[in-house]
Amino acid sequence: MMMTELDKLTAAVEAADWKTICALQDIPVLGARVVHSAQGDIAVFRNAEDEVFALQDRCAHKAGPLSQGIVHGRQVTCPLHGWKFELASGEAVAPDVGCTRAFEVAVADGQVKLKV
Amino acid sequence: MKKQKLVLVGNGMAGVRTVEELLKLAPDLYDVTVFGAEPHGNYNRILLSPVLAGEMTLPEIMLNDLDWYRDNGITLHAGKKVTKIDRVKRRVIAEDGTEAEYDRLLLATGSTPFIPPIPGKDLPGVIGYRDIADTEAMIEAAVHHKHAVVIGAGLLGLEAANGLMLRGMDVTVVHLADWIMERQLDKAAADMLQASLEAKGMKFLLSSQTDALVQGESGRVCAVRLKDGMQIPADLVVVAAGIRPNYALAESAGIYCGSGRVRGIHVSDTLQTVTDPRIYAVGECVAHRGMVYGLVAPLFEQGKVCANHLANFGIGRYQGSVTSTKLKVTGIDVFSAGDFSGGPDTEDIVLHDKQGGVYKRLVIKQNRIVGSVLYGDTADGAWYFQLMKDQQDIHEIRDHLMFGQNHLGDTGHKGENKAAAMADSAEVCGCNGVCKGTIVKAIKEKGLFSLDEVKKHTKAASSCGSCTGLVEQILASTVGGAYQVVSAHDKAVCGCTDLSHGDVRKAIRQHKLLTIPDAMAFMDWKTPNGCATCRPALNYYLISTWPHEAQDDPQSRFINERSHANIQKDGTYSVVPRMLGGITTPDELRRIADVADKYAIPTVKVTGGQRIDLLGVKREDLPKVWKDLGMASGHAYGKSIRTVKTCVGAEHCRFGTQRSMAMGVDLEKMLFGMWSPHKVKLAVSGCPRNCAESGIKDVGVIGVDSGWELYVAGNGGIKTEVAHFLCKVATREEVMEYSAAFLQLYREEGYYLERTVHYVHRVGLEHVKKLVVDDAENRKALYGRLLFAVQDYKDPWAERCADDAAAPLRRQFETLEA
Repeated sequence: MMMTELDKLTAAVEAADWKTICALQDIPVLGARVVHSAQGDIAVFRNAEDEVFALQDRCAHKAGPLSQGIVHGRQVTCPLHGWKFELASGEAVAPDVGCTRAFEVAVADGQVKLKV
Repeated sequence: MKKQKLVLVGNGMAGVRTVEELLKLAPDLYDVTVFGAEPHGNYNRILLSPVLAGEMTLPEIMLNDLDWYRDNGITLHAGKKVTKIDRVKRRVIAEDGTEAEYDRLLLATGSTPFIPPIPGKDLPGVIGYRDIADTEAMIEAAVHHKHAVVIGAGLLGLEAANGLMLRGMDVTVVHLADWIMERQLDKAAADMLQASLEAKGMKFLLSSQTDALVQGESGRVCAVRLKDGMQIPADLVVVAAGIRPNYALAESAGIYCGSGRVRGIHVSDTLQTVTDPRIYAVGECVAHRGMVYGLVAPLFEQGKVCANHLANFGIGRYQGSVTSTKLKVTGIDVFSAGDFSGGPDTEDIVLHDKQGGVYKRLVIKQNRIVGSVLYGDTADGAWYFQLMKDQQDIHEIRDHLMFGQNHLGDTGHKGENKAAAMADSAEVCGCNGVCKGTIVKAIKEKGLFSLDEVKKHTKAASSCGSCTGLVEQILASTVGGAYQVVSAHDKAVCGCTDLSHGDVRKAIRQHKLLTIPDAMAFMDWKTPNGCATCRPALNYYLISTWPHEAQDDPQSRFINERSHANIQKDGTYSVVPRMLGGITTPDELRRIADVADKYAIPTVKVTGGQRIDLLGVKREDLPKVWKDLGMASGHAYGKSIRTVKTCVGAEHCRFGTQRSMAMGVDLEKMLFGMWSPHKVKLAVSGCPRNCAESGIKDVGVIGVDSGWELYVAGNGGIKTEVAHFLCKVATREEVMEYSAAFLQLYREEGYYLERTVHYVHRVGLEHVKKLVVDDAENRKALYGRLLFAVQDYKDPWAERCADDAAAPLRRQFETLEA
């Protein structure tokens, strides 16, 4: 039986697993690191409160690398044309409209874990 | 403390504007009581003409409705005419006996139409043109009657005639002078205006004096008889023979209202009556320095000053106004300002296209515009008016002047409309004194999208409305495009603070702030860690003000400066190695070629700044590319020194007078590691042929036989601007010192993202010359501070290559796996 695209995606989601990617200190405060994954590049951010967020590393506007943007509060500004995104949801901040995929991420014992 | 009592007599535009201004400055200082003879709130008298013409309705021209008075705690006595001022007991008494006591009294009784003493002037059907009641009477008359005569072809008379004509009446305008609007227009413009009004159906009788108004059988006026015996049928006569200041009330209270030619309530520069310091007066009832004004803009200027003094601030003087006029007749554009009659010591520039319906005349006196009359094309009226008010010397632009502001040539702004090209300080709304910068600022900060909102927030276009089109253009160009207006002067840095760039710089210097968190805490930043706009600015201000002491924060730098390479649209980077003065070697070229092969770099390009650009490098490859190149960073990505472009100069060129390559190399070496408000580009040419294009650089150096000429603040980018000549120096050392001093001044005073062209435009070349050329001691100090700032700067490429892969600044190039 042929697997459809949807089936593949569903399978990937079901197979998603928490993977340790680095220590919290490996991510700069108000910065990000890029993670290669089967789902493409993922940007993992750390803000001033040591909260950690993960978004697809592609701006909804022109696919800019959000990982290279400036992090402020719970938002990041894309380096290419200045769109802002909510780190928690991946939603663009008004007046811009768009969304980039958010991934589940957690910190345990100083280690950053990403669900991919 | 008990509040003082302020009484305003005259519920019109001038008086109420003064109260509005007062409430802005001192909302709780007074209990305010307002008397108005008309039974309305405050309305926009200027717009009665559009109401008459059926283009607007009464509710649309209300400025302050009854709710406004209630919301501001103002007692309004509408429809009560004050008949007496008792200056001893400090109270005013109205016709119906209503009284109010005052601590300060503001008179704004306006003016009344001047009705010449002709027989029949009191007949039914004969009216002046002043208020809502007059307007309603005209509208009413137009329903029942056919023939109207307007006496007086001034601004008001023509607007009345036009309105009545649009309401279906047959209108004849009788005018004493030889041409219409003789106080605003010269004969040529007046003839054109008359022709176009005649084409609409209006009739004119010029050089004609009214002898009597004839009563008909109904008791109502039925005709106008002229001195020459001619009789014209008239069911309605509108007398618009001018206005007279309404000072009867003041005069009856013993307040000096002049004698002889200039009559009106005499006031000083603080708008205080010269007789009683408790009594102020503003508006058309006032005589100030021998002038009585009948236009709205001066009244508002008076209101502003008066409010300031009523608020006990005591600053500001009213020193008289220069006025301009626009006719509010739809489809006809007339503009006039200043003295257009000319004289023996004036000259004219005239453009007269009778067929095309365009007439422009500028009256020039000693290279300054003293008057202008425009007909048909009034787009540049505001510009001429500004030049006139600023008394700007026009001899340099004289040959283009007539063709308008757009013809002055500004390559960088081509394709933008007039509104976008206007200076921020240019006045848009002459009535309310609102300049373009104020409108743009309001649009941006308050997120305004409609004309109504702009009117509400800025007052622009809310009085006579003749600038409405221009305000709309500004709105469109501000909201619609990515065009950034450059006035950073008072603008807040971003939404995270109310402070301007200047304020922030000052605080960092005065309070020795050394880190971004400290700076934000000290200045009460509204956001926890700023945004992508303010953080890079703060970082620059910190490190430029306190070199070697302030902490450079890589996370507050834009990606290009953080990764020492220039991000491209696809997320790859461009790498430009340093080549001092644009000079390279076979060995460097071989390494560049090898790197391009090894990392499959798709594009290799020579840049405008005489460097080689490797485009399309992946982020992970950057440190490896740098290592293999073995060259220093060219800083092609930074708000920093970029390049010093050179020609071959006396080293090789048969025309060269100076060794420009060596000079360029020395300058670029000196400036290595210089961060600045924006990018900085230099050029050194070895002779006046100027092959290195020194004329459009931040600092341009041109070798001449006897030394070097220095030019500053040129720009080849968005705003092409030829650099200004700074000075001529003799030696290489002086070139270094003067260039460095200029750049250090820019580094210390420039606002983040402000190029030298805009910086010098803001502070003025004289300021720069004073501190860099005239003051040798200051120049040496600036030079010293620049050398100190760049001292010990390490090439960031070499540093990153030497770093351990996990080092804080190196790890950004390493990718994690999941």
